[in-house]
Amino acid sequence: MKQNADLYMKHDQFIPLSFLPTGKKARVRALMSKGISRRRMLDLGLILDTEVEALQKSPFGDPVAYLVRGAVIALRSEEASDILVEAM
Amino acid sequence: MGLTKQSTGSSVLGFKPHIERQHPGQKIIALAGNPNVGKSTVFNSLTGMRQHTGNWPGKTVSIAQGSFFHKGVHFLLVDIPGTYSLMANSVEEGVARDFICFGDPDAVIVVTDATCLERNLNLVLQVLEVTGNVVVCVNLIDDARRRKIRIDLEELSRLLGVTVAGTSARSGKGLDRLMDEVWTVTHEKPGCCRGSPLKIRYHEAVESAVGLMEPSLEAALNKKLCARWTALRLLEGDENLLESIRNYLGYDLLALEAVSNSFQKARKILIDAGIDQDLFRDIIVSGIVRKAEEISRRVVAMEEPGHYTRDRKIDRVLTSRTWGIPIMIAMLGVILWITITGANYPSALLADALFWVEDQMTALFLSIGAPAWLHGLLVTGMYRTLAWVVSVMLPPMAIFFPLFTLLEDLGYLPRVAFNLDSFFKKACAHGKQALTMCMGFGCNAAGVVGCRIIDSPRERLIATITNSFVPCNGRFPTLIAIITMFFAGIIEGPFRSVISALMLTGVILLGVMMTLLVSRILSRTILKGLPSSFTLELPPYRKPQVGRILVRSLLDRTLFVLGRAVAVAAPAGMVIWAMSNIHIGGLSLLSHCAGFLDPFARLIGMDGCIIMAFILGFPANEIVIPLVIMSYMSTGSMMEFESLVRLRELLAANGWTWLTAVCVMLFSLMHWPCSTTCLTIRKETQSWKWTLISFLVPTAAGILICFITASVARLLGLS
Ligand SMILES: Nc1nc2c(ncn2[C@@H]2O[C@H](COP(=O)(O)OP(=O)(O)OP(=O)(O)O)[C@@H](O)[C@H]2O)c(=O)[nH]1
Ligand SMILES: [Mg+2]
Repeated sequence: MKQNADLYMKHDQFIPLSFLPTGKKARVRALMSKGISRRRMLDLGLILDTEVEALQKSPFGDPVAYLVRGAVIALRSEEASDILVEAM
Repeated sequence: MGLTKQSTGSSVLGFKPHIERQHPGQKIIALAGNPNVGKSTVFNSLTGMRQHTGNWPGKTVSIAQGSFFHKGVHFLLVDIPGTYSLMANSVEEGVARDFICFGDPDAVIVVTDATCLERNLNLVLQVLEVTGNVVVCVNLIDDARRRKIRIDLEELSRLLGVTVAGTSARSGKGLDRLMDEVWTVTHEKPGCCRGSPLKIRYHEAVESAVGLMEPSLEAALNKKLCARWTALRLLEGDENLLESIRNYLGYDLLALEAVSNSFQKARKILIDAGIDQDLFRDIIVSGIVRKAEEISRRVVAMEEPGHYTRDRKIDRVLTSRTWGIPIMIAMLGVILWITITGANYPSALLADALFWVEDQMTALFLSIGAPAWLHGLLVTGMYRTLAWVVSVMLPPMAIFFPLFTLLEDLGYLPRVAFNLDSFFKKACAHGKQALTMCMGFGCNAAGVVGCRIIDSPRERLIATITNSFVPCNGRFPTLIAIITMFFAGIIEGPFRSVISALMLTGVILLGVMMTLLVSRILSRTILKGLPSSFTLELPPYRKPQVGRILVRSLLDRTLFVLGRAVAVAAPAGMVIWAMSNIHIGGLSLLSHCAGFLDPFARLIGMDGCIIMAFILGFPANEIVIPLVIMSYMSTGSMMEFESLVRLRELLAANGWTWLTAVCVMLFSLMHWPCSTTCLTIRKETQSWKWTLISFLVPTAAGILICFITASVARLLGLS
């Protein structure tokens, strides 16, 4: 988490993916997750500079569906907040 | 979803990754690919078999095999679970990887989705690192065309260095070509591929580390596994692969001196370059993903970028804040309403026919002068139970099932999981548990096998234990019959089935709530833990093949229920008949048993006969109500089936009140899983302890809730 805070300070234009409003696009700038969760993100093609679009919130606001490399992927806020993006 | 041998798991567990060839010259072909790209559909079209397919990722969780014959060669095709990568993050990914690596396939067909080629290419590139004997099948070409996506297959083939075939597996287009290519690949001498399969070059330090390990690995692996790929995995720290090598090749790779020396040196190179294991993996994955992106840019042409706008619009309604949940419940209600309404007519028809046959049989037995006990055992006991199961239980099962399959094929199930996920998260459970729960509607055993899509063992156990809280197909008719007899009967006319459907929906929602509650309790007590990471792909909506699904699953279901009726209901009917006709000390055996169970049964709002029926119904839930009827009838009043109204009279004469009806419904919703499900749980968890817990948890919940209901009703003087 400390690392997270550093990154925020360095680049205040980066936001966690979970903050991206629906309908907006962004580019991945840093992947903070570790271990299995990180692997899963990588497998889906979520690497640096990947374009993502927040498509649709679920009825209770979490999870959110994102468009990643042509596929629609739902992520819970825990995973999405570990992905730092730059809004486009 | 379904209840064949395959889906209930018996085909899975005998699986050894080394599949035996049935004929000496037979070629083994593996079908790999991302989830939900149509692998099972390709499999079915080629082999003429009927693996279950469905529009959601994770439909197939085990390995199935089937054979086909092409140009004079026998092929054995192996359908493996869909995976996003070969890096084995979950059980079924491990199964897939092990088969490709150690199953010794002569060729691998990598099935890809033409509408999402870029992401699919990741896996293609990874498979190419393991083996060059690959044919890439670009499936769903028809769907891509509809969405105005064009793919240059020739260019793709040139870039990948392997053959590419475009198919529309559902209509069978392009499969001949695919088989030709498979034939060609398996008949080339190894090593002399035309062109060479694409190999990705990574960061310099990675390449030199790998280069350093290759010679020692080549010697150690003796062509059983690609040395370059193994080096990459070892450097990445893939413990799981080492374990598989130990299992299948029989030795510990890193225990070999040459390998471990070169491994240490290679590690040093990486450390000097500042590359730790996480970064290493990032480099590998980025290399693959970038390559896929580059290839996709060159071969995919989209005429209009908004090709999914329709799907987005549908999603905006089906998963919206206001409408998401109500539509879901309404959809369930409508399906149940169609089931109830639709079942009435065939049910009456079947009953007429079957009980007419009974009369004829009785006449026959009389005319040949057969002894009364023989007639009793075979006709009154066995045949009549069978007739009850077929006439009352079969029609709702045969109608509900195809409807559910239709929704599944449309792609609605992942949306259900998406809508419900926040509840499951609060229960500290996995979001995909909603999917396994949905499969439970078809069959709890299938639902339990489906739990493999959940990677974390803790959450998988929660999903397994709670699966039987959703009523399976075999329990629906019980619920429907009781609702129709005791509650909807108060009003006449077309609204009757609406009331029934509403009540049944309520019962199911109660089951879902119990699932969540019990999951929550489990994650606070014996299965403590936090929710693990979760990603869920929402596939595009696809037009289901309505006619084919309806006919097929109707037939499947009917045959299945008939088979089970013969195997289970018939013997159980004989047992009940025998028990009610063998007398000890002036009372029948049945009365003894029922009497023994009675005090306890009364406490939870039922009677001894009902509990007996539930116990005898352990092998199949659909025989519970028929057994109750049989045991009441045997204690005196004989009756013919005319309508559910008459049945109600019989039950009322035996002391049923509305409270009994409610308790039977609750207990039917929550009691021990059927024997097939228990055995499946044992196989899946490999533990009797968890099987026992899965048996006890719903049973305890049912007893407790029935007890509370009965006590409260009695205290309030309602019953
Ligand atoms: N339009 C169209 N639909 C297809 C085609 N092939 C498969 N489908 C549909 O795509 C969905 C997924 O097919 P499956 O065969 O279950 O996919 P799978 O790859 O086995 O999926 P998993 O077992 O979950 O990995 C089903 O609804 C199929 O009916 C095709 O060529 N065209
Ligand atoms: Mg499949």
